[in-house]
Amino acid sequence: MILGIETSCDDTCAAVVTRAGEIRSNVVASQGLLHERYGGVVPEIASRRHLELIDAVIADALERAGASLDDVREVAVTRGPGLIGALLVGLSAAKALAAARGLPLTPVDHLHGHVVASTLGPDPIEPPYLCLVASGGHTFIARVDDLRAHRRLGGTLDDAAGEAFDKGARILGLGYPGGPAIDRLARAGDPEAFPFPRAAPGELDFSFSGVKTALLYAVRDLGEREAERRKADLAASYQSAIVEALVARTRTAVEREGIERLAIGGGVAANSLLRERIAQAAGELGLRLWVPDFSLCTDNAAMIAGAARFGEPIAHPGYLALDAAARLEAAA
Amino acid sequence: MRIEASTPAETEAAGARLARRLGPGDVVLVSGELGVGKTTFVRGACRELGVSEAVTSPTFTIGQVYGGRVEVAHLDLYRLASLDGEDPALLDDYLTPDRIAFIEWPAAAEPRLERVRANVRMEHLGGDRRAIEIDGP
Repeated sequence: MILGIETSCDDTCAAVVTRAGEIRSNVVASQGLLHERYGGVVPEIASRRHLELIDAVIADALERAGASLDDVREVAVTRGPGLIGALLVGLSAAKALAAARGLPLTPVDHLHGHVVASTLGPDPIEPPYLCLVASGGHTFIARVDDLRAHRRLGGTLDDAAGEAFDKGARILGLGYPGGPAIDRLARAGDPEAFPFPRAAPGELDFSFSGVKTALLYAVRDLGEREAERRKADLAASYQSAIVEALVARTRTAVEREGIERLAIGGGVAANSLLRERIAQAAGELGLRLWVPDFSLCTDNAAMIAGAARFGEPIAHPGYLALDAAARLEAAA
Repeated sequence: MRIEASTPAETEAAGARLARRLGPGDVVLVSGELGVGKTTFVRGACRELGVSEAVTSPTFTIGQVYGGRVEVAHLDLYRLASLDGEDPALLDDYLTPDRIAFIEWPAAAEPRLERVRANVRMEHLGGDRRAIEIDGP
């Protein structure tokens, strides 16, 4: 069994996954409530909380898997990208556990974890496939021909889609995290009420900075009272602009690459409009679509342990000098 | 100096112009509302400094470091209400004497920042127009 550890942002995660890709446990201790008070992630607080939680979260993951450390054959850990202090907590815990038992350790690119999340479970996706990853920190389309790595076909030139949701929610006074808040409010609104721009830079790239500005101007032009009254329409139109851009680019990628399997991942994959629209597009294009369970879309350690199955384990004690990396070069 | 920009390319050009006057160790503060073009301004400066990789919003990771003719640190303190309770070394990891640093949403750190060489304030003028006020070299 592989023990996975993930602490790249504000969730402390541990999971136990078998070599065959069966998820035995997938534990997430969220700091969401803590950060809500601050309107976002506070790196130092995030690191301290990871430190307080990591041992308990690992113990919980083992217990829920009905396993002990004796059953663990390999430790997998997120090396980056993410908040450097937060990453270091998970990496240090992983090294200590692995070294104490002489186990191999596999460093994993967090983004590759999202890309291969759909290889877990009873109906694993197989290459070649395309994957749209949209989260708070990242938005890109990747091609996978071999599960060891992915190739980035296009990505955001400015803000990530999840960041656009967070900042849009802030403009609308909805609080953090913004994605679920906008998703909820948008259900009562008209997505065509405001013609927000769907930026189209490059063939497969995204830009969400312009739509954010357009929302700001719309709110300002309406005035406080009117903006409050039309909040649901603003949320629905804003969400629609982001989702339509994601879906349009994904369609272009599918058509260009001629690939019939598509997966989505990242926290934004929890957005109900995105799920609906991407499923519709997949139907029209005759694609098979993998939408992982919500628990595998947001940050989690199962996808890290899952990705380690295709990675290169480092034998003990070669990994002791391994460092965290706030930014990894996109996998080749 | 005050510049008006009406396209992202003009905002990038303003960043590039400032970058030509900067050297290692310089810190540039870039402030202005959401969507005003702070990251675009920094991208223009980065290109001028020989950075070829994507220059995206660093909101999520707080800071990014790019390799160019000189290393460039790009920070975004949007998610930090203040640095109270933060590890003071948080910024030191990025603001080294051999790098040029750009800091978006600098308010949380402003009192404790050293080597500030330029202050860039950006403002929406309606439509696509922006005012860029550069207080520096």
